[in-house]
Amino acid sequence: MMVSLTARRLPRFAPLAIGAGAVAVAAGLSFGLGLGGPVMTGILAALLFVAALFGTAWRVEGSRAARNRVASALIYGAFVLAVIPLVSVMFTVVDKGWARLDGTFFGTSMNNISAFDAHGGAYHAIIGTLEQVGIAVLITVPLGILGAVYIVEYGRGKLASWIRFFVDVMTGIPSIVAGLFILAFWVMVVSPMFSADGAPTLSGFAASLALSVLMLPTVVRSTEEMLRLVPNELREGSYALGIPKWKTITKIVLPTAGPGIVTGVMLAIARAAGETAPVMLVAGVNSAIAFNPFESQSSLSYYVFDQATDSSKYAEPRAWAGALTLVAIVLTLTVVAKLLARRSKLSR
Amino acid sequence: MTSSTTTKPAAGAMLPRRRRFGAETIFRWLTTGAGTAVLVIIVAIATFLIAEAVPALRDNKENFFTYKEWFTGPADRKFGIAALAFGTVLSATIALLLAVPVALGIALFLSHYAPRRISTTLGFLIDLLAAVPSIVFGLWGRDYLVDPVKDLSAWLNEYMGWLPLFGGDGPFGKSVLLGSIVLAIMVLPIITSLSREVFMQTPKANEEAALALGATKWEMIRTSVLPYGRPGIIAAVLLGLGRALGETIALAMTLGTTFVISFNLVETGGNSIAANIANKFGEADDFGRGALIASGLVLFTITLIVNMTARAIVYRRREFR
Repeated sequence: MMVSLTARRLPRFAPLAIGAGAVAVAAGLSFGLGLGGPVMTGILAALLFVAALFGTAWRVEGSRAARNRVASALIYGAFVLAVIPLVSVMFTVVDKGWARLDGTFFGTSMNNISAFDAHGGAYHAIIGTLEQVGIAVLITVPLGILGAVYIVEYGRGKLASWIRFFVDVMTGIPSIVAGLFILAFWVMVVSPMFSADGAPTLSGFAASLALSVLMLPTVVRSTEEMLRLVPNELREGSYALGIPKWKTITKIVLPTAGPGIVTGVMLAIARAAGETAPVMLVAGVNSAIAFNPFESQSSLSYYVFDQATDSSKYAEPRAWAGALTLVAIVLTLTVVAKLLARRSKLSR
Repeated sequence: MTSSTTTKPAAGAMLPRRRRFGAETIFRWLTTGAGTAVLVIIVAIATFLIAEAVPALRDNKENFFTYKEWFTGPADRKFGIAALAFGTVLSATIALLLAVPVALGIALFLSHYAPRRISTTLGFLIDLLAAVPSIVFGLWGRDYLVDPVKDLSAWLNEYMGWLPLFGGDGPFGKSVLLGSIVLAIMVLPIITSLSREVFMQTPKANEEAALALGATKWEMIRTSVLPYGRPGIIAAVLLGLGRALGETIALAMTLGTTFVISFNLVETGGNSIAANIANKFGEADDFGRGALIASGLVLFTITLIVNMTARAIVYRRREFR
């Protein structure tokens, strides 16, 4: 008599068949009985699928295998669930943003645009974003790289570990708090010293400072990681040739880590360009083109918020066009940064 | 020749003399200064927020911690964070309840289920989710996600309305549920990336031992991957919590802006400290700004504690390795 040594298994097509069945039953239930729309169908189908899979597997393969199957289904499902909002956001932004993405949008500002005007653009906001992020980069890149050099190359003892710890903590500071800090510090205390009438001034530069607070920890962290990847042999070789430590760092270590540092800076830029809250607090309101960062400036992310909360029927298409531009900038930066990172010679 | 003895360098003379104010010293001080800047900034944030908040708190006619409404006009100067703090914690908690299981699922998918070759690319997709600016999520949530959530709210209200969470008569739409779902999507990538890293570090020996004893894949994960990763999971969740508590614009656009303490998730309502700052800032005078800064100080303190706890867990773990 033949005894099978392997446990009974469901055929390979079983999960697929159960899935198709679940979708069909869910669609029938939700549309036929009028329980709800496509969202309810999806939820119902997922529940049915898991229940049916568990039941079938339990009967054929036993309880342990059934639990294994359900866990796998849930884990795959979690990934699919996360991709849905990504796809939906991308699709909505492109779909709704396309309408107003024209020459007027990129070439004009919102100066003298009333609620009844269909045109109007984001030129001033794009300039604001570029200048504010640019100044923030000028501030954070030297500071961040030097800070990371301290942590990796010079820092010993308590101070270094405190700094390392607080760099990590600082990455979690909410952007609105950074904005309030610059409001309380720069706008209310420092800027009156520079203005003619002693009144606090809101300016694009203040926004740059707030963005710097947010970018600094990101730049320090990514640079630190890159510096740690530079092989010690390079440093030792340089010391052996009698080159002082600071020259070793500036001529050997930093150039080697260079591409990685650029990646980190680009990711920080992408994050800063998308920030709305701090800009909204300290940059002031300006619907005209302003090249001077020490005046009130708009920014692309604030422009989206401003247009989205405007009651004019022409404002919403502008908001979506702004959102599309912003997403395009941020995602391009992110993708290029990640591709650069992949090509970097230093790999973990 | 006697001259040769005078030109012959003394032993060690070729080595550069160590100067007190040489390039090396300057460079070291420069880097130390840059490193210390981080500590200075954190201290400065606390100092300046306190300095600007105190005058407003002194003129406040109500108890800052127990009063629920927010009036900072010249007529009545009374404000309190009770409802705002409650709303912040409520929306962040619901967001985490939604996000954590999914994020852990994705992390397991990327570390143990997805084929090695495409796992990096799929992980990159999740990173893209982190790159989308919060204003875009806010706009998407307010104009697009609101309809499906309205359907879901109506359904929950009809069939599970006996629960206070889903009770009420509507209207549905810009509710805690909508805000929390948007928030959950935003914290998802943070929790995923950290827990995925921890899962990848599970010792191969532990996993193989479990499999060799006949464990199914899920039993292997439950007995070797999850226990090993527990501190990392806790830290990841806390970091996600820190982000959720501080999120501003997306919540300002998706919450209903009410000043009540209520557990109702589906009716129009909800508010948070950060969203309130964004909503009230435009109309605030000097006193109003001080009041908002006071609420920001509370937010800063909460997020600082949450983040420090999370990092401390990560650091203690790092020392064990």
